[in-house]
Amino acid sequence: MENKNLREEIIRRSGVNPLKCMRCGKCSGTCPAYDEMEYHPHQFVYMVETGDIEPLMNSKSLYKCLTCFACVDRCPRGVEPAKLIESVRLSVIRQQGNNHLNTDTIPDIIDEEMPQQAIVTALRKYNK
Amino acid sequence: MQRIGVFVCWCGSNIAGTVDVQAVAEALKTEPGVVFSTNYQYMCSQAGQDIMKQAIKEHNLTGVVVCSCSPRMHETTFRKTAAAAGLNPYMVEIANIREQCSWVHKDMPTGTEKAIILGKAAIAKVNLNTPLTPGESPVTKRALVIGGGIAGIQTALDIADAGFEVDIVEKKPTIGGKMAQIDKTFPTLDCAACILTPKMVDVAQNEKIRIFSYAEVTDVKGFVGNFTATIKKKARYVKEDVCTGCGICTEKCPQKKVPNEFNLGMDNRRAVYIPFAQAVPKVATIDPDHCTMLKTGKCGVCAKVCTAGAIDYTQKDEFIEENYGAIVVATGYNPISMDKFDEFAYNQSKDVITSLEYERLMNAAGPTAGKLLRPSDGKHPHTIVFVQCVGSRCSACDEKGKEYCSKICCMYTAKHAMLTRDKYPDTDVYVFYIDVRTPGKSFDEFYRRAVEDYGVHYIKGMVGKVMPEGDQLKVRASDLLANKQINIDADLVVLAAAIEPDKSARPLATMLTASMDTNDFFTEAHPKLRPVESPTAGVFLSGACQGPRDIPETVAQAGAAASKVIGLLAKDKLTCNPCVASSNEIMCNGCSSCANVCPYGAITYVEKEFRQPDRTTLVRRVASVNEAVCQGCGCCTVVCPSGAMDLKGFANNQIMSEVDAICK
Repeated sequence: MENKNLREEIIRRSGVNPLKCMRCGKCSGTCPAYDEMEYHPHQFVYMVETGDIEPLMNSKSLYKCLTCFACVDRCPRGVEPAKLIESVRLSVIRQQGNNHLNTDTIPDIIDEEMPQQAIVTALRKYNK
Repeated sequence: MQRIGVFVCWCGSNIAGTVDVQAVAEALKTEPGVVFSTNYQYMCSQAGQDIMKQAIKEHNLTGVVVCSCSPRMHETTFRKTAAAAGLNPYMVEIANIREQCSWVHKDMPTGTEKAIILGKAAIAKVNLNTPLTPGESPVTKRALVIGGGIAGIQTALDIADAGFEVDIVEKKPTIGGKMAQIDKTFPTLDCAACILTPKMVDVAQNEKIRIFSYAEVTDVKGFVGNFTATIKKKARYVKEDVCTGCGICTEKCPQKKVPNEFNLGMDNRRAVYIPFAQAVPKVATIDPDHCTMLKTGKCGVCAKVCTAGAIDYTQKDEFIEENYGAIVVATGYNPISMDKFDEFAYNQSKDVITSLEYERLMNAAGPTAGKLLRPSDGKHPHTIVFVQCVGSRCSACDEKGKEYCSKICCMYTAKHAMLTRDKYPDTDVYVFYIDVRTPGKSFDEFYRRAVEDYGVHYIKGMVGKVMPEGDQLKVRASDLLANKQINIDADLVVLAAAIEPDKSARPLATMLTASMDTNDFFTEAHPKLRPVESPTAGVFLSGACQGPRDIPETVAQAGAAASKVIGLLAKDKLTCNPCVASSNEIMCNGCSSCANVCPYGAITYVEKEFRQPDRTTLVRRVASVNEAVCQGCGCCTVVCPSGAMDLKGFANNQIMSEVDAICK
């Protein structure tokens, strides 16, 4: 039941309807971070659809997505896998509890090495 | 006062499941004019019809209300039943308590309440019905076929075979259409030209068939049995009846750099050309956009070399008007533009081509004389990647792709892959697919042969990106079954582009007042039971203008459309719909509003003398409706400012009394 709520929340927050997916695999065919990932974009969509979310939340794949949006751009069904990945990422962060960032600390953390997605996530954390 | 009988149908449990039919029959018994009310399990059955006939006679009914399914299903049935019992068939009204009530409601009380209201409305209307008598109109015994591809050719041949005259209007210089460009046909691998060109010759030799090639239909007026079409014969600057098709002009023309549309721009033709060797009619055409003589007045080589004296630079577009009894639309399809698919690099590399271009590359009459050579450097490709569903099944973006499955791509891709492996066994062939859809006689066996006997690599997954690098194409794709991303260095990439209706279809549909779906495919009158007729009477559909289909289906549909046309042309007279507009001349102020909105041109104006109260006469301009042309759409009744226009059978007071009955 908890899983079902989590699934609903991820879907609602992302605005993505995983049922639109026709399993063509174009997202995974186009993903530049594919080889780094344990679960690939098309698997993300399928696993959220079937409520198999725990493995996703525990996977490093969440942080390998570059948020380049190639999958969103090329998906023929308008599924937008990257938004779904971002939504799962948020679920992890929100479950982590009271580890919000201070406004003052953010500029110190940001350096040139930091991936764009981490900056976005950091800001989301602050927002919460 | 009418004497009305009400018949409530159960339609098995279709209606009775959610509507208390007994209660409806009871409730309607007390409505004004109702003298008889009953319910029965299947009103459309013989027994049900007998109940109606008996009631009409026993109770001297003057009007009938049937509470049943949609009038589209059984209105004709019940009208015939009433007529058999001696009642005017237009005294029958249907209250649709199935599609508009029982099927959309879930609980019995609300369903029953609504059924009663719908019944009351129909009763209110019948109270104001008047008996109507349909007129008759003659039938012009000639058919027009728009489009000269395999669909149009087959339809024309079948109609002509029954002894009726047919005209084919084809916008290109030759008939033949897409099939003429195709190399081989699946699943038997017959040479397309070998099976098409005999039919083209049959058309040319058939005395009943006239071909207007390089021509377009620019206007259509009239109605079923009596259409008048304006055909624009574009100037081809060659006298069609004089040209012998010897082709010497096409060899001598100095303008050699015109992209050859028959080979999809992969080679060049001259400014004066015959599209291909077996063209029908085999007549040269001068392309005015590229002819030096027509553009600058200096050249005239073709006129000098033509021994027949067929060249005529002064030719002008010619408009002719012809009468037809029936029109068949066979406008066909085109592959969609690949411009928006940047990820496949179609515009960046010459070696990324569409499947239709691949057909030409494989064809003996194509730009490479049948040798499989890359368009960029003329080398033999050793690794070929086929990408299926390019723009098909795409719901993400209307401008990019089409939501429907293009249906033919799975089979022609299997054909291309198989033929390539057969002719060039040293070639690696990959096919990326989402689903392989092969429903059809011997279709799946054909696809399996490509895999099992010819060693074509079928990979479930989609190509994400094609990157030209040096003289190769880096293809990145997913292999979903192996759960891998794969990279292939390909020499040639072939895109199975989605197909869409020809651009000429939309304006044609407007001319014919024929309806289309959101994809610009023509809509059939009924998706199951009237698949080759347009909802517009006298307009029939043949081939891919109605939806994606392959050659066997197109030929079958062409024959079906022809048989419908023959059925129409075989009649000497057609019964008109009596529910047409009429003008009350006393109230008409001659403002022309109705004539301006009439889509059929059914309204004209006449000068009439009217007697004034002071005994003088006054000549006034009033509207007059041609009842044979009017289709009863009712536009005129809506715009008429004085309320003079009214529709028989759907009069303003009838509609208002229905509304009153519902709101009471």
